[in-house]
Amino acid sequence: MIYLDHAATTAVHPQVLQAMLPYFSDRFGNASSIYAIGRESRQALDRARETVARVLGARPNEIIFTSGGSESDNLALKGVAFARRSKGNHIITSGVEHHAILHACEYLEKWFGFRVTYLPVDRYGVVDLEALTAALDEQTILVTVMAGNNEVGTLQPIAEIARILKGRDIILHTDAVQAGGSVDLDVEKLGVDMLSLSAHKFYGPKGVGALYVRRGTTFWPQQQGGSQERNRRAGTENVAGIVGLATALDLAYANLASNCAHAQALRDILVQGILASVPDTLLTGHPTRRLPNNASFCFKYVEGESILLSLDMLGIAGSSGSACTSAAIEPSHVLTAMGIPIELAHGSLRLTTGLENREEDMRYVVDVLPGIITKLRAMSPLTVH
Amino acid sequence: MYSEAVMDHFMNPRNVGSLADADGVGTEGNPVCGDVMKIYIKVDGEERIEDIKFQTFGCGAAIATSSMVTEMVKGLTLEEAMDVSNKKVAEALGGLPANKMHCSNLAADALHKAIEDYRAKKQAPQGAGQ
Repeated sequence: MIYLDHAATTAVHPQVLQAMLPYFSDRFGNASSIYAIGRESRQALDRARETVARVLGARPNEIIFTSGGSESDNLALKGVAFARRSKGNHIITSGVEHHAILHACEYLEKWFGFRVTYLPVDRYGVVDLEALTAALDEQTILVTVMAGNNEVGTLQPIAEIARILKGRDIILHTDAVQAGGSVDLDVEKLGVDMLSLSAHKFYGPKGVGALYVRRGTTFWPQQQGGSQERNRRAGTENVAGIVGLATALDLAYANLASNCAHAQALRDILVQGILASVPDTLLTGHPTRRLPNNASFCFKYVEGESILLSLDMLGIAGSSGSACTSAAIEPSHVLTAMGIPIELAHGSLRLTTGLENREEDMRYVVDVLPGIITKLRAMSPLTVH
Repeated sequence: MYSEAVMDHFMNPRNVGSLADADGVGTEGNPVCGDVMKIYIKVDGEERIEDIKFQTFGCGAAIATSSMVTEMVKGLTLEEAMDVSNKKVAEALGGLPANKMHCSNLAADALHKAIEDYRAKKQAPQGAGQ
């Protein structure tokens, strides 16, 4: 198999797995217990928290471990929205966020009377900063914009957004789930108050994530129960998962430059090769300011799922924002927000490179993809024959 | 998620193409919805489908159902072909995932439109134009 869906998930790195394994068996203690194996788990959590804090340039007590990216996003949005409700009811986000953000915003709008502004993006998917400035008002309590887009890879100007918000009493959250392991996530450089991460995007395990919450940020827990995570997230800690997240993050950032160079070199083979050999193809997302591993396209006259099935028959795993692959009626909200016509958005393909990919595999993909598109176009009534 | 029959028809679609001298043409679906099926039929003197071709823009299910319907109705009378429903096409393919039953299972409708197109043309006075 040639796995080109690292934006969906990644395999657990062997070193990460080794670090996790003892916490399933020998060191199974509850981190809240007073005896030796409980204390061992507590120490493992403390070390993991210090590691994550170091990578983010934060303090250990500013890190909350969660069950993943969706929980981190929901916790950030609802936690801040409910805590700051007496100050205002206005939230600003963008039209290209992950559904964990968009659907949490819709929930706050529908049931709790919050107002949400969805910022427009340009044709590359970059948020309109003038629209952000114009949208700010006395009621604005929270701005949330993703660091890197999961579908098209576009990087958002988070540090510029932070500068715009400087001096105002507004919390800035960034969903860095897709950017984790690919870009510098120093919270001081970014200027964010909150940041979401998910371990399985950077060769850690599924089912574990983290939320950075800057000291002093007013925030209400969304899950009631025990006093874990300093009363901010109840529930017995997933010690093995948290150890896995921290080990994976540490590895990813110790090797950030070489990992990114590897992913980008392979990504560039795909982008250049596919654009050169398949006519009527659009590279989606920003041409340069994008995640290093993301190659995403729209092919005219064909539908994304049929491209994926054809690739799968050749052992190539990719993904698509096509409605047919997500059981949705509408194609990708990201592509349509970028102004891509709906019929073209149906023909999207996302290939995301990673550590185990090799150059010869990319050349194979570039060799076989034109034939797949040609065959599907020959079958399509939309093709201008 | 797809049956072997669906994957077979998707990878090796039968009767792909168009008929320049078609007696009837039917289109179903919409590019905005992600599925368009176009069926061309050639009808012989005994009101049988002598030849049939399809062009489809869509997902695996859309392509497989289009291919399957052409195979099912070739040689049938128009009346028999009108009895072939979307549901029967899906059954002949060993079933489709639930979310594909409505959006991508329109090939029989496209066929029925092609038959109606043929009948309308036949009824129209000769030389009446478009």
